[in-house]
Amino acid sequence: MAVVAPASEKPAPIRRRSRLSETWLYMRQSKSGMLGLTILVFHILIALSSPLIVPFDPTEISASLKNLSPSGEHLFGTDQFGRDVFTRVLLGGRIALAITLTATVMAVTWGGTLGILLGFLGGRIDEAVMRVVDALLAAPYILFLLLIVSALGSSNRVLIFTLGFFYGIAVVRVARAATLDFVARDFITAARARGERRMTIVLRELLPNVMDILLVEFAMRWSWMLLAFSSLSFLGFGVSPPTPDWGLMIAESRKALQFAPWTAIFPMIALGTLVIGINLAADAVAKALGLDRTQGAPV
Amino acid sequence: MLKLIVRRLFYSLITLLIIAVVVFVAVEFLPGDTATAYLGREATPQRLANLRAELGLDRPATERFARWLGDALRGDFGMSLARDKPVVDLIGVRLRNSLLLGLSAALIGIPLALGLGIIAGLTRDRAPDLLISTAALIAMTLPEFVTATFLILVFSISLQLFPAVTVVPANAPILELLPNLVLPIVTLTLIMVAHILRMVRTSVIDVMTSDYVQMATLSGISYRHVVLRHALPNALLPAISITALTIAWLLGGLVIIEVVFNYPGLGTLLLDAIHTRDFPLVQGIALATAGVYVVVNLGADVLTLLLNPRLRTLRTA
Repeated sequence: MAVVAPASEKPAPIRRRSRLSETWLYMRQSKSGMLGLTILVFHILIALSSPLIVPFDPTEISASLKNLSPSGEHLFGTDQFGRDVFTRVLLGGRIALAITLTATVMAVTWGGTLGILLGFLGGRIDEAVMRVVDALLAAPYILFLLLIVSALGSSNRVLIFTLGFFYGIAVVRVARAATLDFVARDFITAARARGERRMTIVLRELLPNVMDILLVEFAMRWSWMLLAFSSLSFLGFGVSPPTPDWGLMIAESRKALQFAPWTAIFPMIALGTLVIGINLAADAVAKALGLDRTQGAPV
Repeated sequence: MLKLIVRRLFYSLITLLIIAVVVFVAVEFLPGDTATAYLGREATPQRLANLRAELGLDRPATERFARWLGDALRGDFGMSLARDKPVVDLIGVRLRNSLLLGLSAALIGIPLALGLGIIAGLTRDRAPDLLISTAALIAMTLPEFVTATFLILVFSISLQLFPAVTVVPANAPILELLPNLVLPIVTLTLIMVAHILRMVRTSVIDVMTSDYVQMATLSGISYRHVVLRHALPNALLPAISITALTIAWLLGGLVIIEVVFNYPGLGTLLLDAIHTRDFPLVQGIALATAGVYVVVNLGADVLTLLLNPRLRTLRTA
């Protein structure tokens, strides 16, 4: 039986939109997603430009300007050291954003790679690694973060590697599950039957399919990591004073909540809008890619 | 059936062991050791060496780990350094306080989450769902300390209803703790409800759009009956294990909530222990927390097994 179809019967090429633009089209339809994306872009623009536009020195202490309520000059008031809260809020997300973004890239990269390989290869290694992964996932993450950060100090590098490592563990699980889902499908069997090399199957057949899930994973992990990072700051294990950082600012404001609530409120709004923005965007991306975010506990 | 449960139990023990190893190794990496922490500024090389010999710190790490684990199994977590009391005594009352907080939040939160999740799932994409889902998204994404600080601003400072920080001692009777518990419980419940209801919602939607529910609807069975008898039992099963995971995870969030409210639970004790480099105490708390985790998860697994006949015979690969 001839398998080759006559050339004349070739269907006219359909102009296909690229996957990316297709996803974008879907995303545009989600109002909450666009809202989230707008908030996110706004935050990133502020983080990038804030050193140029802030009106005051973020660390300048002044005894005479302590705990001033918001005014024309100090839009968000001043804190217990007389520092301008507006300036510090604008600058306060820079380190958090930079560290968590880097760490998330790290987490998704190593977690995704290991997860795909485990799912594809299976066998004893897979079983052994997953035992450890499950055990680590069942552990109180904040405890590990605290232990490690207090052991190695809270330099940016330590924070990036610690967060990047711990948040990758959950990604391993997700990527493995997604891979297992595809490994048994016909197109992989077909690739095997064609005699494709394993490397090719992983890179050309599995990776593009798992990529969607990893993208959603990225957004989710990022927002959880922001929570963890600001929590560490809040507990005094993250950014060290007097560097402006939202978590730290909220922690410092606790003593002054009675008479200077603005020192807490504005960093809370900043941090709150950022995480909500990321989550709205993540939800929309997930929906646009046809994945529902049936996610477990953030780890 | 019994075999499956025994197997789960075995896995839980392995989990606990792995956590113990990781905690031990992490504490090993903390700068300084028990001896330097104990002697502080009075440390001289000679005294350090003496104390290390006395505490057995000069032995290799594996041997110390084995001994520590052996003692821990017998319920002896050693002596706290900074407080000169057995670790078990220190942990005991704090664990009670944390469990009180966690359990109260769970008791209020789980039924609330189930109810709201089912409502949201059944009214998918309509007004009640949008309202509930949006509120849940906000409650879920805000960091614990932001929610807590917000509640303090509203209820302690503006309305002056509840105390902002706990001032009673850790071993106060439960009744005296109660007024201090309100805001921490509300914070924890909000976050817990948000997480669980989202999963219940998804689960309910999954089941309601499934073939057998459509079949049941098309056969003319009343909506009430379809929902109560056909859909919900299946929708709530997967929610159990996820709920357990969430609760276990939220215990980590307890640390932050306790710090915000200065609540005398395990979390605040842990932070103190880390600050004072009280290694035996850190290890003890870590193991206690991990124990609670494992028990909660094991309980959920067994419950799922009991409620879901399909799993009883299934090979757990």
